[in-house]
Amino acid sequence: MISSVPAKGRVDRADYDVIISLVPQSSKVLDLGCADGELLLRLKREKNCAVSGVEIDKELVLKGIEKGLCVLEADIDQGLKDYPDSSFDVVMLSQTIQITRRPRSVLREMLRVGKMGIVSTPNFGHLNVRFQLGILGKMPKTKDIPYEWHETPNIHMVTINDFRRFCREENIKIEREIFLGNGRRTVHFLPNILARTAIWLLRKDEL
Amino acid sequence: MPKLLTKIGVVETQYEHFGRGLELESGAILEPITIAYETYGKLNADRSNAIVIFHALSGDAHVAGIHSESDAKPGWWDFMVGSGRPFNTDRFFVLCANIIGGCKGSTGPSSINPRKGKPYGLDFPVITIRDMIRAHALLLDILGIERPLCVVGGSMGGMQVLQWAVDYPHRTVVAMPIAATSRLSAQGIAFNEVGRRAIMTDPKWRGGNYSPGDGPDVGLGIARMIGHITYLSEKALQTKFGRRLQNSDRLGYDFRTEFQVESYLHHQGLTFTRRFDANSYLYITKAMDYFDLVAEFDGSLVRAFEKVRGRFLVISFTSDWLYPPPESQAIVKALQANGIEVAYCNMDSPHGHDSFLLDVPGFPELVGGYLSGVADEVIG
Repeated sequence: MISSVPAKGRVDRADYDVIISLVPQSSKVLDLGCADGELLLRLKREKNCAVSGVEIDKELVLKGIEKGLCVLEADIDQGLKDYPDSSFDVVMLSQTIQITRRPRSVLREMLRVGKMGIVSTPNFGHLNVRFQLGILGKMPKTKDIPYEWHETPNIHMVTINDFRRFCREENIKIEREIFLGNGRRTVHFLPNILARTAIWLLRKDEL
Repeated sequence: MPKLLTKIGVVETQYEHFGRGLELESGAILEPITIAYETYGKLNADRSNAIVIFHALSGDAHVAGIHSESDAKPGWWDFMVGSGRPFNTDRFFVLCANIIGGCKGSTGPSSINPRKGKPYGLDFPVITIRDMIRAHALLLDILGIERPLCVVGGSMGGMQVLQWAVDYPHRTVVAMPIAATSRLSAQGIAFNEVGRRAIMTDPKWRGGNYSPGDGPDVGLGIARMIGHITYLSEKALQTKFGRRLQNSDRLGYDFRTEFQVESYLHHQGLTFTRRFDANSYLYITKAMDYFDLVAEFDGSLVRAFEKVRGRFLVISFTSDWLYPPPESQAIVKALQANGIEVAYCNMDSPHGHDSFLLDVPGFPELVGGYLSGVADEVIG
């Protein structure tokens, strides 16, 4: 059972601002694991986007639909096969890819259905994570990954370096990468150690 | 008393008479036609705020409010209609018409056949879901409503919503099929046929030519009992009745009604015969059996929805085994494949198919929230 990160909506989502800035005006957008639809609502209001969302948690689905949004209850791990190729301008996975069971197939499907993909993930290479695991010898618990080991939905944590390598192997072109440290500050130096959150703008590499 | 909860108050059913006939799918022509309907709220200046409700098998135009102060119960979807309710009458104009073939004011088998001067009985032509929505469209034309903001209905009402969306894409803004299916399942047809058999083998049915007040009540009552079981769920029956006995604390070792669930079903059957016409039951269940959106599209629901426009909110209920959630999910997938905006929720409810008629937690909020969000966009 894949649910979107329960922390969504409760914490200050700095990545939302970045994602919104990356989405072109008036585009057709699909949010995979859209939680309560807050990001979709902002995209609709701030960027005049035609928005759709997929979410597996019924309570969150209800919240999204109650906002008048086109949210449907489904499991993104079961595939997006009913969407035609390139049927969206942008498909987003905000803080969702790490909780899917099959990240590779979800990302492939994302770039089949969307002309462009936006992914945001917590960076498991961050200094604080390394310190907790490497020095203290405990499973890391941070502001971005606030779960105990036995209750975390995050089953596929990834570092910035991992994700870059994965994209190379999958022939996914990283058009932009934006790394956030504390708050909304962007990180340019040693992101795999200093960034808390990574946001990626992806396209299929047309080779 | 439940009537005290109604926000609509006393309403009157209205009637529209059409001299010209309606050509039915079977090729027969039905004329003249009367359509009974009720409305709540006010139509706005550009006629863009109409919510059109399609009712289910045993429903009627009386969605909300009461007909007189002495009514024990309000209309069948009263909790959905009124000021501050999902179909908010401060903002929307809500309309529901009785289907043709019915027995609640619209032309049906109990209406007088002008050619013979007596009730149609089995001379009434077989009607389909498509015929029902054509009649609804006639009424909307007369009222000057070209594009209702929303067409909505549960069960057979949901069938009408889907048929409306397929036949009138340019007249669809929001379509809301609830606990619906794109084609009635073999199981659905099977239950309908048992109901029809019960009616037609009742000696009082007399080939459909019974006189008013002396109809096949036993058969119709049994049909309703069977139907009622399919609208509930194993869990709902167990919770509500269990194995409790009606009038005693020990078994009687005879065949009188003993269990509460038996007594409940008898009551359902009996009250139904007082308000429903047996021939209408035959015609309407037949229309449901015939309903198959994909028949003319080589079995492809994706193709059936090719010309569909507007946006959809599809709702199913987890415990509905008569119109099971996968049938709603198939509708969602076919809409997705056509790039149609579709919202979907499989709502948690233990009440089976009948859930759409009940104030299931979260259900009114879902419908109301969605409609008001869409209305903000569409009619401002």
